[in-house]
Amino acid sequence: MSGLAVERLSVALGGRPILREVSFEVAPGQFVGLIGSNGAGKTTLLRTILGFQAPAAGSVRRGSVGYVPQKILLDPDLPVRARDLVALGLDGSRLGLPLPSASRRRRVEEMLAAVDALAFADERIGRLSGGQQQRVLIAHALIRRPTLLLLDEPLANLDLHSAAGVVTLLGRLCREQGIAILISAHDMNPLLGVMDRIVYLADGRAAVGTVDEVVRGDVLSELYGHHVDVIRVHGRILVVVAPAAELAEPEQHATLLPPAPR
Amino acid sequence: MSRLAGLLLAAGFLTSAPVHTALLVGGGAAVISGVVGVFTVIRGQAFAGHALADVSSAGGSLAFLLGVNPILGFLGMAGAAAAGMEAVGVRRLRGRDLATGVVLGAGLALAALFLYLDSTTTSTTGAAITVMFGSMFAIPAATGRLAAVVGGAALAGVALMYRPLLLASVDADLAAAQGVRVGGAGLMYALVLALSVALSAVTVGAILSTALLIGPAATALRLSRRPGQAMLVAAAIGLAATWLGILLAYDSYVWTPGHGWPVSFFIVTLIMAAHLLASRGRA
Repeated sequence: MSGLAVERLSVALGGRPILREVSFEVAPGQFVGLIGSNGAGKTTLLRTILGFQAPAAGSVRRGSVGYVPQKILLDPDLPVRARDLVALGLDGSRLGLPLPSASRRRRVEEMLAAVDALAFADERIGRLSGGQQQRVLIAHALIRRPTLLLLDEPLANLDLHSAAGVVTLLGRLCREQGIAILISAHDMNPLLGVMDRIVYLADGRAAVGTVDEVVRGDVLSELYGHHVDVIRVHGRILVVVAPAAELAEPEQHATLLPPAPR
Repeated sequence: MSRLAGLLLAAGFLTSAPVHTALLVGGGAAVISGVVGVFTVIRGQAFAGHALADVSSAGGSLAFLLGVNPILGFLGMAGAAAAGMEAVGVRRLRGRDLATGVVLGAGLALAALFLYLDSTTTSTTGAAITVMFGSMFAIPAATGRLAAVVGGAALAGVALMYRPLLLASVDADLAAAQGVRVGGAGLMYALVLALSVALSAVTVGAILSTALLIGPAATALRLSRRPGQAMLVAAAIGLAATWLGILLAYDSYVWTPGHGWPVSFFIVTLIMAAHLLASRGRA
């Protein structure tokens, strides 16, 4: 299949439940935001979709996948140029030395152009800015033409301008190439203009739908099991969770929570 | 011109068989250390590399005791230590450093025992100096063939694992998402490292083989922004330092009253000088 279908997925780490019965789909050409605060289970969900983490129950079906991991720490002296990393996206798992190939070089060049990275293609990746690194990592993830692209907090640590640039790029790749995109973020605001749907994670459970369907006081209050206010101001959305809910132990929550919204 | 050559090349340098062996085995070890060392540095495993070399000294000293080729002793011990570190160390964050430290301590204890036995039960004199600091001009000619096999295996390992290792060195998750078995690649790399360390241990000695592994590679990273190029530069720096070091050590028999200074001293000094020069050039 192309795209992604997650069905009643539960994941536990070290006996602790992280995700409970999460279900959603991402169709080809769809841009879906995976939104939730730190510790909500976003990274665990992405790692399970990738196959790094085995589910306790439920299933993941997906097509070929490209992945942009969260905050890579790169040494500034690492002798790998932007174009080397993109080329490794093409054949990084192959054994043996890479033979010089004109078609390989052309493919790398095209991909660098597609993410607007030609200007810094010959720089060491460790010396690029955060926004430039994200572009190179996106090119690395997309060069094998996967049908699904997973990004883990690609906007964290980016200034507003670079973040807007990366979002515009992703929106364009999604629509022009029909790629299914699932992108995690703790702040949904930079993504509001491009998201088709949202998967809102809180305490390991998910509310799924359009932004208008999900990001509402009643829906999120039910998800959190606690009073939540959603404030819209100047086209931005603020989700305010009463402090007690954030501080309470997850186990205590579970007993208070109503059944997960579907 | 010939007087200058005479000053640089003390009589007999080019015709001496031990010098030939030293140039070949030492040069080979330097090239392989440079290539492997680039991975050691970018994987942040300088400590593991140094520990492997130290631990291999237990194998080298045992080989002296048993009268087998020291390269086999170095290799056996380094290989076992590498496998041990990988097996213990990958499970936990920072586990690698702890595993390395534990294996290092155990290995050095064995080395202390074997070196003690070397000096008390055999007539071998200077075993400790040879194992720890090398004795380039005393490499048996027969070691050359074994060294070629070990070096060839190390280079083949690097060539085979080049792309997966490079990707895993950038980021383990990135590599895993591409289908690289990161643990398997790490183990392969550790074994290649053991081959390289065993080879340089017979030339500059177990303790100083770190200098050959880390120094040229660290310098090359400052000079080159491409991975393959960095390996060639590191190999060239190591080779130049080794050959020049051998020449200076040979000449030092003339400057000093008859004894000469150890080759390892000259090689490591030249490597340090190259590193300082490259760092200054960039500042």
